[in-house]
Amino acid sequence: MTPAPPSGVLNRPAALVLAGRHRIRLWETVPWTLAIALYVAFPKYLAFGTELLITILFALSLDLVLGYAGIVTLGHAAFFGAGAYTVGILAKQGLWSEPITGLLLAAAMAAAVGLGSGLVLLRTRGLTLLMLTLCTMALLEEAANLAHVYTGGFDGLDSVPITPLFGRFEFNPLYPTTQYLYVLAVLFACFAFVRTLVYSPFGQSLTGIRENLLRMRAVGAPVRTRLVLCYTLSAAIAGIAGGIWAQANAYVNLGTLGLDRAATVLIILALGGHGRLYGAFIGAAAYMSLSHFLSKVYPTGWQLGLGLLLVVIALFANNGILGVVETLAHTLRRRRTGTPASPPGLR
Amino acid sequence: MTTPPEAPRDATAPLLETRRLCRNFGALAAARDIDFRMYAGARHALIGPNGAGKTTFVNLLSGRIRPSAGRVLLKGTDITRVAQAERVKLGIARTFQINQLFRGLTVLENVYLAVAERLGAAPSMLRPAGRRRDVVEESMHLLDTLKLADDAGHRVSELPYGRQRLVELAVTLGLTPQVLLLDEPAAGVPSAESHIILAAIAALPRHIAVLIIDHDMDLVFRFAERITVMVGGTVFASGSPREIGADPDVRAVYLGQAHRG
Repeated sequence: MTPAPPSGVLNRPAALVLAGRHRIRLWETVPWTLAIALYVAFPKYLAFGTELLITILFALSLDLVLGYAGIVTLGHAAFFGAGAYTVGILAKQGLWSEPITGLLLAAAMAAAVGLGSGLVLLRTRGLTLLMLTLCTMALLEEAANLAHVYTGGFDGLDSVPITPLFGRFEFNPLYPTTQYLYVLAVLFACFAFVRTLVYSPFGQSLTGIRENLLRMRAVGAPVRTRLVLCYTLSAAIAGIAGGIWAQANAYVNLGTLGLDRAATVLIILALGGHGRLYGAFIGAAAYMSLSHFLSKVYPTGWQLGLGLLLVVIALFANNGILGVVETLAHTLRRRRTGTPASPPGLR
Repeated sequence: MTTPPEAPRDATAPLLETRRLCRNFGALAAARDIDFRMYAGARHALIGPNGAGKTTFVNLLSGRIRPSAGRVLLKGTDITRVAQAERVKLGIARTFQINQLFRGLTVLENVYLAVAERLGAAPSMLRPAGRRRDVVEESMHLLDTLKLADDAGHRVSELPYGRQRLVELAVTLGLTPQVLLLDEPAAGVPSAESHIILAAIAALPRHIAVLIIDHDMDLVFRFAERITVMVGGTVFASGSPREIGADPDVRAVYLGQAHRG
């Protein structure tokens, strides 16, 4: 029914917007500039910075499943923990302690867990799915607790030996310059991948599944295959985050697999704004700076402050901080041009 | 269920056919022994009172639900066990009675998703979506055909319902179906806008076989070349519009009620 379409339709505004959506905007250099500025200007805060970058990476992996594909999960720390324990156990047993390949192994292990659990879990949706993700994580945590010969049980594994990066740069827990730059590089690589993915036709189809499952099935999309694939990729990235956490801190404990971690990353993404790539950055930075600051000012009741902030976000800005920024930018643009500009919906 | 051996195919074989198709929801027989035939290029209407099982029948044809018994055949091939996604690839596409669209996405993106699935572009991960020129070009072209091009950059949720109905049609046409199942295409559209939908349906290319479900008798009798009447989950009558219009039984169970005014 389509004879050779006339050239020129690709120059229509809507087509141009679609074709240019993945282009890198100038403001996208800001987080990376800030990260390097932190390294140069605040060497005392590099331990905090390393933790922040790892949290961003973990939140980014959650954004892929939650923000783009609409998979609601409360058990994402299962993959973080799988990655962390892979690195920890392999190094502790003297089997493998090279950091970069160690991360690949962590990613592979977490992806395997993601694939296996995803094939079963992603037959369900909504509350059932939420509960099952939680159960999967609890099972893994209990397994790690029981297998204390390998995992150290409740005490975890400490002094995990990691060989120097490229055979030269030591991981020093007290002065983590190597860790910081290493984590920054890994975050950048993973971010580049996720960014490419979400703007691809595959990412577009994930958004379609989130927006309308019924219609996605009716256009012939293999919905479950797509979801499992997305879940597996996200698990791999979460595994990298866990693995690098174990390398940077030289220890692993049950906390890497716990509900606390899973819930925190969910809060971070809600705070920053999901389905927006940079929500992970903003949310992690806001959450961690705030808890850092509040716990110094009110050592006993600092979590109250975070709780109140979350209530405000949930009530007035359910697209998180980035959602508020987008709305403001849209309003400003509209006021300046005097015409109803197209909405900031293309994410 | 035992399946009899396949009948030999010939040129006049129906494009889409059901044989004694049944579907029960608990004790309710929503579809009972439906024998139905539709030929290439058909303009076929399915009418019947509320609860007659029309939407259930469309769900059975599109593969959204499985039959309890009976068979569905496409060009003589048994597709009873074929999943919905595969049926789309075989050329059976549908619209929904209530819009099922990607409301947060633009009109162009809505159509893009359908076209990308058909052209096999959707699994691609490493290339930007907007750079699949073939998909974008075809989507824009389709929007041109349906006079939706001006809305291409708007979010679906911003459009009036009548325009959204057209997007529903556009998404389905993006699958280049051989069989198009339209479940009440003008439902919920204000009467001032419904002519746009009707014009779009009337302009559908002749090689697409169209099955339309509607309550609007004007639309049905203007559009259809063949009408099937369903009552109580089964086929009550089938024939040309003239035959159906003249059938006293049909008038009694259905048309009498529908022509209220």
